[in-house]
Amino acid sequence: MAKLKLGMYWAATCGGCDVSVLDTHERLLKIVEAADIYFWPIAMDFKYKDVEAMEDGFLDVCLFNGAIRNSENEHLAKLLRKKSKVMVAYGACAAFGGIPALANFTTREKILEKAYKTTVSTDNPQGVYPQPSTKMPEGEITIPEFYNHVYKLSDIVPVEYTIPGCPPPADLLMTAVEAIVTGKLPPAGSTIAGEKTLCDECPLEKSEKPVINDIKRPFQVIPDGKKCLLEQGLICMGPATRSGCGAACIKVNMPCRGCFGPAKDIKDQGAKMLSALASIVKFDDEQKADQIINSMVDATGTLYRFGGANAILSPRRTEGEKP
Amino acid sequence: MFEPKMICFYCKWCTYTGADLAGTSRMKYLPNGVVLKSMCSSRIDPQHILEAFKKGADGVLIGGCHYGDCHYVTGNQLTHNRVAMLQKILPDFGIDPHRLRIEWISAAEGAKLVKVINTFTEDLRAMGPRRSK
Repeated sequence: MAKLKLGMYWAATCGGCDVSVLDTHERLLKIVEAADIYFWPIAMDFKYKDVEAMEDGFLDVCLFNGAIRNSENEHLAKLLRKKSKVMVAYGACAAFGGIPALANFTTREKILEKAYKTTVSTDNPQGVYPQPSTKMPEGEITIPEFYNHVYKLSDIVPVEYTIPGCPPPADLLMTAVEAIVTGKLPPAGSTIAGEKTLCDECPLEKSEKPVINDIKRPFQVIPDGKKCLLEQGLICMGPATRSGCGAACIKVNMPCRGCFGPAKDIKDQGAKMLSALASIVKFDDEQKADQIINSMVDATGTLYRFGGANAILSPRRTEGEKP
Repeated sequence: MFEPKMICFYCKWCTYTGADLAGTSRMKYLPNGVVLKSMCSSRIDPQHILEAFKKGADGVLIGGCHYGDCHYVTGNQLTHNRVAMLQKILPDFGIDPHRLRIEWISAAEGAKLVKVINTFTEDLRAMGPRRSK
C-alpha cells in the first residue's frame, strides 16, 4: 500500500499539539512507517510555497491544530483544506477555540493596548502598534492582520474529524492513525474520543445528591483523592466534558478543565456545566446560594476555558451594553 | 416605540396556571411575551436561555412556583441558582443581566403575572434593542 501523505500545521496555538505527536514515543515509528510527512513547520523545513505547489487533494490527512485569529491562520486553513482529502481539527484550539478564544471575551483594541502599551515590560513611548502593512523606502512590508474574534477551525473550513484535548493524548492519535491506515474511518463529522461525559470514566466516588457550601479554587484545597472533586467544592468540568482522556487530570488530583469539549449531544459546554454546578450549590436558601455563586472567580473564563469559540452566544463583547 | 420580544418559560403547575387565571379573569396585559410551558422551571436548561438570546429575544422571563411550593420539591431552587449564575456570565456575552428575569408566580397570582409582564416589558423598552445580536 502506498504511504499516506500527512500534513500538520499550527495556527493560533502553543505548539503543545505538535509535541503531543512525540508523546507517542516508540509508536511514532509506526506512524512514520505508515505515512510520509509533507508539511510540518514546527519540525521540518517546509515553505508555504511547497504547499501551494501541491495538487488539490494531494495530502491524505492534515492534522490542523490551533485556532484562527489572524489572516495568516485563515489563509493556511483554506489552503490546506484545498490540498487535503481529510481535515482533522487536532486539539482543543482547532476544535473549540481553546485558550486563545478566551480573547473573545475582550476586544482586539484592549488586547493590543495590553500587549503594546500597558504591560510592565513594554517600553513603547510613541505608542507604536503593529500595522498590517508598512511603507518602507525599500517597498511595502506586510504582516498578517489580527482579528477581533478567534474562530474554531470549522467556522472557517469544513472539517471531517475532531480529535479534542489540550493536547490530545497519544492513545487517541494512535486510534486515529490506525483508523486511517486500515481505512476503518468513522463517519465524517465524528469526534475521535469517548461519547459519554468524563464522569462516566472518572474513578472517584460520587454521592447521590451532593450539596456544596462554597466554591473553592484548586490552590485552596488539597483533594482527598477519593471523593468527587465537585463535592469537595472544586469546579471540575467532568459533568459537561467529553470522555476519552482516561481522567488523566483527576487521577493526579486536578479537577477537569474541560479540554475535551462538550460531550455528545451537548451544544454549549459552559452552559451545561453551569447547570450542573448550580444544581449542587446549597439551594434551600436563596441568599446563601447567591452568596456562593457570587464568590465564584471568573465564572465565564472557568466555564468557557476551552469553548470561547464554541459557545451558543457569540462571546464577543459589544462595547456599550454593560450592566 | 420599541416593542421588545420576550420569551417566557412558565412551569406547568404554578405560573402557567397563573397565566390561565389571568386570561380567564379577562385581565389585560401587554402582548410582548411568547409563552413556552414546561413541566418544571428546572427543566429550562441554560442552553435554552442562551438559544433564546441568540435567536434575538430581548428578554427572557422564567416563571416558577414559590420557594417551598415546587411540585417537584426543589426544582425551582435549582432554577434560581442557574439563573443567578447565568446573570453573572451574561455581561461577558454582551447581554445586560437584567434581560433575564425570574419570578415566582403561583397559580392564584394572575394579577402578579400581569404586573410582572407589564413591568418587564416597560423595562425592556427602556433598555432598548439589544446591541449584540
